[in-house]
Parts: sequence; C-alpha cells; structure tokens
Amino acid sequence: MNKKLFSKILSRIKKQIPVFAVIMVLSAAYAGLSLCVPLLFGDAVDLLVGKDGVDFAALTVILVKAAVFSVSAAAVQYIMTVLSNRAAYKTVSELREETFEKIHRLPMSYLDKHPAGDIISRFTNDAETFSDGLLLGFTQLFSGISLIIGTLVFMLVIKPSVTAVVVLLTPLSLFTARLIASRTFGLFSKQTADTAAETSFVTETVGEQKTVRALGAERDFDAGFDKYNAALQKSSFKATFFSSLTNPSTRLINAIVYGAVALTGALSVIAGGGMTVGALASFLAYANKYTKPFNEISGVIAELQSAFACAERIFAFLEEKDEDDGGKNDGLVSSNDVTINNMSFSYSPDKPLIENMDFSAPEGKHTAIVGPTGCGKTTFINLLMRYYDVTGGSISVGGVDVRDMSRRGLRKRYGMVLQDTWLRYGTVADNIALSKPGASRAEIEEAARSAHAHGFITRLPKGYDTVIGEDGGGLSAGQKQLLCIARVMLCKPAMLILDEATSSVDTMTEKKIQQAFDTLTEGKTAFIVAHRLSTVLNADEILVMRAGSIVERGTHTGLISKKGFYYELYQSQFKKGKQI
Amino acid sequence: MKKLFRYFKGYGVQSVIAPILKLCEVALELAVPFIVSYMIDNGIDKADRSLVIRCFFILIAFAAVGFGFALAAQFFAAKAATGFAAQLRRALYSHIESLSYSDLDKLGVSSLITNMTSDAVRIQNGVNLTLRLLLRSPFVVAGAVVACFVISAKPAFRFALAVPVLLLFVYLLMLFGMKLYSRVQEKLSFTVRLAKENLDGVRVIRAFGSEETEKVKFREQNGALYKDQIRSGRLSALLNPVTLVIVNIAVAALMYSGAIKVNAGELTRGEVVAMYNLTAMVLTELIKLADLTINITKALSSAKRISAVFSVTPSIKYGETELDLSSDCAVKLENASLSYGGTPALSDIGLSLEKGKTLGLIGGTGSGKSSVIALIARFYDADGGTVSLFGHDIKEYPEKQLRKTVGAVPQKAVLFAGTLRENLTYGIDAPDDGAICKALDAACALDFVSEKGGLDIKVEQNGRNFSGGQRQRLCVARALLRDPKILILDDSSSALDYATDAKMREAVSGYSKDMTVIIAAQRVSSVRGADLIAVIDDGKIIAKGTHEELLGSCETYQKIYETQTGGGDGDE
Repeated sequence: MNKKLFSKILSRIKKQIPVFAVIMVLSAAYAGLSLCVPLLFGDAVDLLVGKDGVDFAALTVILVKAAVFSVSAAAVQYIMTVLSNRAAYKTVSELREETFEKIHRLPMSYLDKHPAGDIISRFTNDAETFSDGLLLGFTQLFSGISLIIGTLVFMLVIKPSVTAVVVLLTPLSLFTARLIASRTFGLFSKQTADTAAETSFVTETVGEQKTVRALGAERDFDAGFDKYNAALQKSSFKATFFSSLTNPSTRLINAIVYGAVALTGALSVIAGGGMTVGALASFLAYANKYTKPFNEISGVIAELQSAFACAERIFAFLEEKDEDDGGKNDGLVSSNDVTINNMSFSYSPDKPLIENMDFSAPEGKHTAIVGPTGCGKTTFINLLMRYYDVTGGSISVGGVDVRDMSRRGLRKRYGMVLQDTWLRYGTVADNIALSKPGASRAEIEEAARSAHAHGFITRLPKGYDTVIGEDGGGLSAGQKQLLCIARVMLCKPAMLILDEATSSVDTMTEKKIQQAFDTLTEGKTAFIVAHRLSTVLNADEILVMRAGSIVERGTHTGLISKKGFYYELYQSQFKKGKQI
Repeated sequence: MKKLFRYFKGYGVQSVIAPILKLCEVALELAVPFIVSYMIDNGIDKADRSLVIRCFFILIAFAAVGFGFALAAQFFAAKAATGFAAQLRRALYSHIESLSYSDLDKLGVSSLITNMTSDAVRIQNGVNLTLRLLLRSPFVVAGAVVACFVISAKPAFRFALAVPVLLLFVYLLMLFGMKLYSRVQEKLSFTVRLAKENLDGVRVIRAFGSEETEKVKFREQNGALYKDQIRSGRLSALLNPVTLVIVNIAVAALMYSGAIKVNAGELTRGEVVAMYNLTAMVLTELIKLADLTINITKALSSAKRISAVFSVTPSIKYGETELDLSSDCAVKLENASLSYGGTPALSDIGLSLEKGKTLGLIGGTGSGKSSVIALIARFYDADGGTVSLFGHDIKEYPEKQLRKTVGAVPQKAVLFAGTLRENLTYGIDAPDDGAICKALDAACALDFVSEKGGLDIKVEQNGRNFSGGQRQRLCVARALLRDPKILILDDSSSALDYATDAKMREAVSGYSKDMTVIIAAQRVSSVRGADLIAVIDDGKIIAKGTHEELLGSCETYQKIYETQTGGGDGDE
C-alpha cells in the first residue's frame, strides 16, 4: 500500500483515533482478564489432590475469583465491541453522506460518462467493506495480537520449555492458513465471475420473459441457461469445498499443538520440573486458545487488503474535480433575453460539434429546434442549462454571461421537460411537487389539470396519494410524461425548455397540452425541441440543425417556401405518410 | 417448503454421508479429553512415560483420522449443496417459463430475478452449512454433555443446566437481532434507492435546483440507518461476552461439584480436567452455532420465497391436439372483456377478420389497443366472451401451434445477447440464409444488417448496439421468419420515420399471400390502408370501418386525423 493512500485513510479516521486508543487499552485488558481464567481453573485443579484432601475454602476463593474475572472480561469485551461498532458505523455513515453529496457537486460530464451502478457500488459495497475491514479489522487484529502475546506470557510463566514447543509449531498454523487463502482467492473470483454471467443471463431472459414466451423460444434459452448453470455449479463447488477446508485444517493443527503440549507437559510433570497437573490443564486450555487468533489475523489481513482497495475506489470518486459554483450572480437579471454569441462546443476537443453559433431570442420569443438524430439538439439544451459549459463564445441571459451566474440561479429561471421522464419512488403529489417543495394540494391539482393528468390521476387507486414505484412503475410512458409536464405547470418558470416533452403522448392529448403550454409560455422565452413537426408550427423562429450547425432558420411558412432541408423533413413526415 | 427437498435428488447419498462423516469426526474429537484424562490418571500419577507417549500418538492419530473424515464430509456437503442449488435454479427457471403473463405480472419479474440469483445463493449456503455445521455443533454439544455425564452425573448436571440457558439466550438474541437486522437492510435499501434516483434524475433535480432538499432527505435516511445499525450492533455485541460468562460460571460450578466428588474419592483429578476440556469445546461450538443460525434463518426465508413461486400453478392451460386451420375466419372476438388484476381494460369487444385481410387498431395512449392484441395472441385470457382463431376457441390450441400461428411483434422491441442469427431464429428450426434475408428485406432491415457485417454479428445485452428503429425492424423480421398465419404489429414502427414505416408496411403485406395482418398504431398513416379499422377508446371499440368510412362517420377518428396532419392546415 502506498503512503499517500495511508495518510488519506488516516486523515479520514482521525476523529476515531481516541476511540482506537481506548479500544487498544481495552483489548489488552480483555486479554489479561480472560487469560487469567484458565490459570485460575488450573489452580483449582491442583487443589483436587484426592480423597479428603480438598481445601474447599481456597477452592471457593479461586472459583469466585474466576467468576469475577470472567464477568469483568465480558464487560470489557462488550464495551470494546460497542465502541468499535460505533466507530465503524459512524465512518461508513459519513462516507455515505459524503459520497451522496459528491454526486451533486460533480460536473454532468462525469455523471454522463460513468454508469450509475458503478457509483452506487462505491456508495454501498465499497464504503461498507472499507469500514468493516479497516475498523473492525483493526480491532480484531489488535485483540488477536493481545491474546497471542498474553497467552505466550502466561505460558512462559507456567513453563518455558513447553511454551517453546508451542512457538515452534506456530508457523505450521500460519502456513496452512496462507495456503488455503491463496488457493481459494482464485476459486472465489471464478465463482463470482460465473455468478455474474448467470445473473446477467437470468436478468435478461427472465426480465424479458414475455418476449421469450411470445417467440416460443424456451428451448433455446434452456440450453443457454444449462450452460451457465453447470459452469456455476462447478466453480461454486470448488470454491465452497476449498474454503471449507479452513476449519478442519485449523482443528488438525490445533490438535497437533494440543497433543504436543500434552506430551511435553505430562513428561515434564513426571520429571518433576515444577509443573503441576493443574498447570498442565491451564496449558492445554491456552494451547486451544493460542492457535485461534492466528487464523483470525490471517483473515483480517485479507480483509484489510480489500478494505484498502475499496478505500482507493472511494477516494478516487471523492477526489474527482468538483464543478465550480458558477458565477456570483444568483439569477437576478433584468430580462429573459437569451443571446448566443459566436458559441462553440465539443464534448471532446478532437471532435468539434457546434461551431460559431450566433442566435438571439428576445424575451417572449418561442424558438423551435428541429433536425435529425444527433444534430446537436440535446447538446443545445445542455448548454442552455449549463450542464456543460461552452468551449468558445458565450451564452447570456438578460445581458449577463451565464458563466457569471450561479448554476442554480440560472437553472431556477428555466422550467424543463425532457423526453426521458424521471419519476421517483413516492406519491404522485410528491412527484409533481418536486419543482416546488411545499406546494399546496390545490396548487398541485391545478398543475395536474393543466397538464391533462388530473383525469388519470383520480382514476389511480389512491388518487394523488398513490405511491408510484421506482421508475414510475405501473404508469404508461405517456402518463409519465404528463406528470413531468405537471411539474413545470406547478413552478411556472420564467423560461421554458421542452425536449420532446410529448413524444409518448397520443396526438389528441398532445394537442390539448399544446394549448396549456401556449398559455404557460405566453410572453415568455421558450425553446422547443421536437421530431414531430406538428408541434413546432407556431414557433416564432425555427432553427433547423444538422451536424451541429444551424443550416436554416425562419418561420414555418418561410422555411416551407424555401424548399430546403426543413421542407424535406416536413414532407417525409406528412406527404409520404399518406401515399399508401 | 418441503417440496424443495426433491431437488436433493441425485445427491441423496452425499447429503446423508456428509453428516455421518461429521458425526465420526465429532466422536473422535470427543474422545480427546478422555485420552488426556487417562494420561493424567495413569501416565502422570504412575509416572509411566511410555504410556504418555502412546497417548500422544493416539491423540495425533485421532486428529489425522478426524481430519480425513472432515475432508470427506466437506467434499460431500459441498457437492450436495451446489448440486441441490443448481437443480433448484434449473427447476425454477423452467417453472418461470411455464407461467402465464398474468402470473408474471403478479409475481413481478424483478422479484423472480432475485429468486433465481441471490435467493438461490443463500439457500445453497444454508444447505452447505446445515450439512457441515448444523449437524456438527449439536453433536458436539450433546456429545460433550453426555460424556460429562458418563464421567460423573452430578457435576455434569450442573454444567448441563448451562446449555438450555445458553440456547435460550442465543434464541432471544436471534429473535430480536433478526428484526433489527431486517430493519437495517430495509433502511440501507432506502438510501441506495435515493442515491440511484438522484443519479438517474440528476438533470431534473438540478434543473429545479432541489439538490439541497435531496441532501436533507438523504441525511435523514442515513441518520436513521446509522441509529438502527448502532442498535443492532449493541445487541449482537452481547453474544460473545454473555456466552463467556455463562460458560465460565458453569465451569466453576462443575469444578466445585467435582471437588466434592474428588474429596469423597468418587472422582479422579484427570476426570475433572476432562470435564473442563469438554466444556471448552461446548463453548466454541455454541458460538459457531449462533453465527450459523443467522445464515440458516436467511436461507429459510429465501426458501420460503422460492416455494411461494413454485406454488403458483400456471394460470393458462393449453390444448393437446393440433387444430385444422382451413377456416376462412382468421380472427373472431365475441363480447370479449379483459382486466388486469381487477382493473378493467377492455369490455364488450367484438371483431371478425377474414383470412388474408388487414386490421388496423387505432386509439390514444392507454386506450386498450395492446390489450386487444394480448387477447388475440393469448398473452392473457379473456375474462368474459370468446376469442377464436380459424374457427377454434383459442384455448384449444396447443402452445406450440398457437405461437407458430400468431406472430406478434410487441411494442417493446427486445433483442437478446447473442448473434443476430440466433436472435432471428429463436424457437424455430434454423432456416437458410435466403429465407432470413427475405424476411430482413421485407422489414427494411437488410441494408443496415449487411452494413454492420451480416447475420453473425454480435448482439449485445438488450440489443443496445442497435438503435430503437433498427431493433423494431429486426423484431418484425423475426416475426416474419416464422411465417405466421396471423402477424401482429403492436406499434412496431413508432421509432421509424414515416417513409420507412410506409415502405415496411407495403413489403410486409406482400410477404405472404394468405397472411392476416393486425396493426395497432397511434398514427393514422399506419392504419389507413387497412381493410378494416377499429377505433378504440377507453377499452371499447367505438367505431369500425375503412379509412374513408370512418372519416365520414367517426368524430374521434376525424380528430385524430386532424391533429396528425397539422390541424388540417398542412400540406393538403
């Protein structure tokens, strides 16, 4: 592990260092207290000399002592566990929060490039593994070491020569644990890969089970499934079997140590080297305890390794460059005139997309943007909303360069409806009120009415209080769009961006919504992107885009009479559609 | 849940042998304290060195043989567990493939996916651990207690008292622990959901400037999660210390009671040491058992979920014998109605279509077009009324014949990971390239397929290396390739531009002479050439006729037509 990562981890857990110190002291105390118990029981055994020879008074004292030590050891262990749990949960909780907040500080370009699943897994698995491995791992490591040292000390006190036998056998235990761990690591990776392959196959074919059935393709998929299933069975068997060797091997080593202690101990008692039978009993108890921490420690080392790997992934995410806050102006501008001046933009420098665009939309003007897929319509919206910043020239609102405005301030001026609808788990009302937290029910209903969504909402089982599942489950694509439109109707923004906002709505409803939009946008600046040209007929200006540049501009009638690219697009939609 | 046991079939021997081998291992282990005790009483007390050495070799031999038993037990347990899980997954997969659409709706595919994957894994772990440990630990505990009784009943009784106390404690801990644990899981899934939502909807959230609200929401959820974690942590932290105290106090009691016996000359010192060692074994096993119970409980709840899926019998039954398709009446619906889980979708649908004709279904979002199609393809059974194809009730068709007769292209164009050829020929005998190209050509897909590299190009998961329009055309080609008597296109050209849409429809109708075609669409242009058009609104057919007839008689149809031609002021 490199130094940099280590210092980063250290700074992250700085707050927990006092807790660590306490845990260390406690684990030493625990080792001492708990190791005294076998010693006391050993002393008790020594008192059992034979018929009529037991000193009950001394025995009682010893046994009460043992009980007291046990209870104190248990109390110390409890406090230690609770403390280290708390430290671990606290750290992971903070990490989760930080990761979540980071999402909203990252530039859109990062989020567009990285799949959500990847970020989520840092957020959950990595954070958890990090805190478990690091904090619980350290605690275990430390208490393990304390126990080993403690055991050695106690054994040395009883009989150094027998202790030497135990120490000599120690490498055996370490060696076996290592051997198994290194073997199983590869097997587990194989199992994970096979599980992932089968999961992906199942996700696809069960997820689209209706299509499978409609095609009568069960037999074809059965064959595929059997292949994955057999592979998984095989690798899973190997991983399970080899990993399950750990316990028996440990027991074998334990038994060897135990036997060696019994042998040397017994011989030493016979030789009369000052060792008693009670001491032998304590020794045997220690021998049992001694090998256990070794296994735990080798487990902890593996855990620490994966914790560091996860830490690296989390830090890489948290250290991504933040998006700057934008300018100081919080969206206080005198007008809603939008001016684009000699603007250029590209997602990557070697592939220029928009070049030297000039355009202006005075307050109240409705601008439509049309063109074939990939012509730059969506990019245009990305720039207006400052999801991305222009790479040349400028965009200004009310005479203020948008880069001098805060992103939040700028965005607050716009209301946006996108083609890809996004609904969250929650009630219908909550989903609409997203654009205006704290809106009253009456306001929400009014917004829904103007989006022509009120009708279907009232037919839902619980009306506005119906909980819609993740991703708007249960609603049709058209209904989802209507809810997104209702959001904009609710917040009544100063400017409007509609990106294929009604693409999944049937044409009659679309017509009605169009009227509602007309009312909403009256006297306001609006940008409308659409592939159904019928929705852009009434725009003040239509920008026809192709491969990043504006190839034509004008009103519908003007563009039609020009008989250019727009005319062609329009013809392909209406004229040819009727030639059947 | 007992029904799941049948998936042990073929692994019966392994699943019986594994615990038996474990039992042998345990027996050898339990012998160890006795050997030590013998060594103390006869070796040390009589200063017999050779006896001590002999005992040592017996100890090592027992350990080695025990290790052999354990190895074999683990082997058979792993074999049985993974074999069981594989058979379970196989059976579940087949079962899913026998379920009807409405069964799938009820169970939910995402939950079925969870059943197939993480539930199956948990059960496998559960079975493996059960075979290996669940049978080991009680053996050890019971064996150790019995062994103590064999040595001396009274001290053993003192100690045996601790076992039920411990079990009760572990049980209570589990009981409360599980509850807290599932609460933690639930809260964790909330925070994950919130993060996922924020990532998916980042544009919308930023557009409305509600980042702060989201952060507050998250902090609340995360805080609640933290609190529950602490709570469950506090509880589970009790396990080790309390077990330690209970066992040590039991040992003290045993010692005292043993001391009385020793004093009375009824017990030797070595025997007391043996009992002491036996109790140490019990302690280790009880802690393992507690850990194990968590896994077993998880496996049991997974098994319960999977059993629930198995207990769903497919709600659709098919006919047995092939039917004769010579009748001229290709499709007939009489008074048919349909509802999804109680929500009515269609009522009183009456339609009749002759062989070789084309039917257009038109209507707005959610009007019921796809539901009519679902009845004709028997994706769902009608609640009332009848659906018949070529003069036979649709319920009499064997599944295979039905799927061959009706080729439906659903709204959602789905392709699977694999090659393009596989995707086109799923469920049918591989046709020659000529036939495939003919179908691709009719679906206006031949051009882009040959451009991309022919029939053996790779299709990625969900067909994401094809555009929406391309996927739709491939799905149409796939349906044509089965040469169905009835072809159904459910809004299958929504992603195509008008010109391609028109071209495709023309090619499709000329593809096969007697093919009956049903087209559902929102666009008038898609259905205007049909022999019969049914206008559907709110789950009912409100008008039937040709394009011209409907323009004259049906107000809704007129309106749809007008909105799509730019309010009538367009190019006409």
